[in-house]
Amino acid sequence: MAIAPHVQVLIYEGSGAAELAPARRFAVMASLLDRGYAVRVAGRGGRGVGEGALLVLGEFGGNAPLLEDAAGERAIATLDISGVEDGKVADVVDRQRGERVMNQPGMWKPWFPVIDYSRCTNCMQCLSFCLFDVYGVSGEGKIQVQNNDNCKTNCPACSRVCPEVAIMFPKYSGGPINGEPVSESGVQRQAMKVDISALLGGDIYSRLRQRSDEAKDRFSRERDASKALAERKKCLTKLAADGFIPADVLASLPSPEEIQRKAGEAAARAKAALEMQGGAEA
Amino acid sequence: MSEQTGEPRVIYCRCAYAQVVPPEVKDGVLEHLSAGGRAFEAVADLCEMSAQRDGRLVEIAGGGPVKIAACHRRAVLWLFHAAGAPLAAEGVEVVNMRTLSAAAASARLDAAEIDSAAD
Ligand code: SF4
Ligand code: SF4
Repeated sequence: MAIAPHVQVLIYEGSGAAELAPARRFAVMASLLDRGYAVRVAGRGGRGVGEGALLVLGEFGGNAPLLEDAAGERAIATLDISGVEDGKVADVVDRQRGERVMNQPGMWKPWFPVIDYSRCTNCMQCLSFCLFDVYGVSGEGKIQVQNNDNCKTNCPACSRVCPEVAIMFPKYSGGPINGEPVSESGVQRQAMKVDISALLGGDIYSRLRQRSDEAKDRFSRERDASKALAERKKCLTKLAADGFIPADVLASLPSPEEIQRKAGEAAARAKAALEMQGGAEA
Repeated sequence: MSEQTGEPRVIYCRCAYAQVVPPEVKDGVLEHLSAGGRAFEAVADLCEMSAQRDGRLVEIAGGGPVKIAACHRRAVLWLFHAAGAPLAAEGVEVVNMRTLSAAAASARLDAAEIDSAAD
């Protein structure tokens, strides 16, 4: 489960503490970051103070001061790392953190779709496709990622169904899913669908309306639940065969009845949102 | 210091929760930043912060000119947006440690001017 980190580390090299050698400063910072802590070096300025508990770490030579937040808002602890080996500092910090929970790198991965709204046309295909309720619709009828934690780690399938290449997974290996600029070839399939007569007529916006109509049409077709199930299965099987969907995600798919029920619900939500959109455009 | 000179702030993302940035690049950049005298803030993983809607992202987005050493610009911009902390269109340079060498990324962080279109 995702838990907010509650400890920020400040490396203190001001009065009362020795300056760390550059190699030690680097090694300590890298090891703390790799454990999930945010780190700053004191005395260098910078704006914003952050939030959560603050752990001030320095070579205090056995004389670490007791500190208290003057505003009384944040817990501050000091930690003397004099004589502590570079590789052991993160262990000491972990112990000092005590019961404060945070996500552990290696145990949990922030994996969720990120929508590029400069590309998204609000067609709702992602909402209709995802079986795990990751997507939802805002009060204004706009597609949103609403349940990050429901997303199946390492599964980027919905990015493939987005006709606009608008869905990113920043932790994915390849582009454009990882956020790389979208090349012309990435949207080529869209270019092929352009209504030439409308284009010749100078109405490039007809494409957007056409897409919206197509989506509405698709959702009305999907009222036939068995057809929706067959379409999804075909799509998922193809993506799995391409090595695009991890096997454990396929194994965790809901039952066919549940898929039918979810597909029906998603279609209804998407249809309502598209109608709201249509109403707003009219 | 940032406040006095009006230099852009520097945020360094370690990509700690799933390592998509080449280790030699992120180590090289951190080594460069930690050895210099400049203010910078190192965060473990901007993706994780976005997932948590970490309030620090709002402070970063609202704090004026900034250079963010992370990955692709498109990903970083929309990660902030997803956390309710949209970055300004101007005055934000994303230094891509997925594609640049450590030396090139460090040079971009040191440069006084902000390239708001860099990716
Ligand atoms: S499928 Fe793509 S374009 Fe359609 S609503 Fe989802 S993100 Fe937007
Ligand atoms: S923003 Fe990019 S570099 Fe930072 S954690 Fe996410 S994927 Fe990694």
